[in-house]
Amino acid sequence: MSGTAIEVRDVAKSFEDVRVLAPLSFAIEWGAWSTILGPSGCGKTTLLRILAGLLEPDEGEVFIGADGRDVATAYLPQRDTLLPWRTALDNAILASEIEGSSLREARAEARTLFDHFGLSGFEFAYPSQLSGGMRQRLALIRTFLAHRELLLLDEPLGALDPLTRATLQDWLLDVWGELHKTILLVTHDVEEGLLLSDRILVMSARPATIVHEQPVGLPRPRGRASAELAEGKGSLLGLLLEGR
Amino acid sequence: MNRLTSIAAPLALLLVLLAVWEGSVWLFDVPHYILPAPTRIAVAFVSHFSSLLGHAAVTLAEIVLGLLIGGLGGFALAVAVFYSPILERALYPLIIASQMIPVFAIAPLLIVWMGYGLWPKATVAALIAFFPIVVNASDGLRAPNEETVELLRSLGASRWQLFWKLRLPASLPTVFAGLKVAVTLSVVGATIGEWVGARRGLGYLMLQSNALLRVDLVFAAILMLSGLGLLLFGGLRIIERRVLHWRGVE
Ligand SMILES: Nc1ncnc2c1ncn2[C@@H]1O[C@H](COP(=O)(O)OP(=O)(O)OP(=O)(O)O)[C@@H](O)[C@H]1O
Ligand SMILES: [Mg+2]
Repeated sequence: MSGTAIEVRDVAKSFEDVRVLAPLSFAIEWGAWSTILGPSGCGKTTLLRILAGLLEPDEGEVFIGADGRDVATAYLPQRDTLLPWRTALDNAILASEIEGSSLREARAEARTLFDHFGLSGFEFAYPSQLSGGMRQRLALIRTFLAHRELLLLDEPLGALDPLTRATLQDWLLDVWGELHKTILLVTHDVEEGLLLSDRILVMSARPATIVHEQPVGLPRPRGRASAELAEGKGSLLGLLLEGR
Repeated sequence: MNRLTSIAAPLALLLVLLAVWEGSVWLFDVPHYILPAPTRIAVAFVSHFSSLLGHAAVTLAEIVLGLLIGGLGGFALAVAVFYSPILERALYPLIIASQMIPVFAIAPLLIVWMGYGLWPKATVAALIAFFPIVVNASDGLRAPNEETVELLRSLGASRWQLFWKLRLPASLPTVFAGLKVAVTLSVVGATIGEWVGARRGLGYLMLQSNALLRVDLVFAAILMLSGLGLLLFGGLRIIERRVLHWRGVE
């Protein structure tokens, strides 16, 4: 697939008298990894919820589709949403269960992803028995197993230590490369954006607009210590501080 | 505290209390129809054991039936109130007001309406048991956070699926907490039902023995009733551990 995956046209949203999203517009390409950077509380989660169809914008339009048809998205909320009474494997296959598709197939597929994400052996553990990084991986697996073309990830690596975070970033890149998904990632980590994505969008503070868009032209895999990354990081941080 | 002391400590306290009781009865020469000595109660308990067991079986049936009705009814009410704000506004004041009515006041009416059998007692037990279930189930149904609800909705979950896969399992911990309160209350409820009018059951036995000045038998029946309550409570804990297995795995 090619062309536009998401188009947001003059979308605005307020909560009571707080204007969160000023009319803002942007578009995202199929197959690309796009990242939204923005200061805390600027409305990133609100934007993703609108894109996931969970919230109606006050104004403007959202188009999500391919070749004129609508496509559904897979949304990974910012907060931990694993169901504590389900084993890891049963959490992973939640989407298939809700759709009513074959659980046997879903389980088989989940197991290969468990291997891939270093979770094998924990299929029958409960979320409370997993570490923070493992829970995050499980949440990602669950998102992948929803079999949606478009993944909306809200700070999926937010609360992790640097080492786990770096490992998961590499994993995410691998999986993205293999599964050919379109990803819209929300983060406030500039380096993460530069390391992973094809395109970076910068949001301002409330009321938020897109103040900057830039492609990331660096070839993959990108070194975390490379000079280009450091340079890009400096200029993006400057933009974020300005938009605050 | 290790396991041994956690059993030994309350047991030791109990033994001391019993010894004081026994000693006082002998010392002050208290007549047995006022306060029988623990040993006398023990003798009554053993010699009337099969009769006590028969009465206990009746009371147990009333309690279990009452718990089932109160539990299921309470849960159903909590679900209805959860999904219908109108019903909530209409029913909640009534439910709370109903808790101000002493069960003693309606138990005789129930006897008039339902006769002397199992049902009026089970109904009293159910009436007492249902309130903690409603309150706790309501809290439990509201337990899932908004993000989790949205996650399921984004996966296309129907209202029905949201209930079965999210709200129902999320409510179980508090439902069990409510059930544990309900068990103890329903033991009291069934006994009250029996006091008002019965031909069998531990409550009936207490009343009869009291009239015959067999206070030792009253105490034996109380002992049996406590045992019954403990048994029910323990059984519930076992079921709870099974159902809420995931909570104990940390
Ligand atoms: N349901 C809601 N009702 C009222 N206000 C809300 C609601 N959801 C979000 N807000 C407000 O909208 C603003 C943006 O919130 P949002 O969660 O989208 O920010 P964010 O960019 O995701 O922040 P963070 O980086 O900290 O996750 C905040 O001021 C928040 O208080
Ligand atoms: Mg957020």
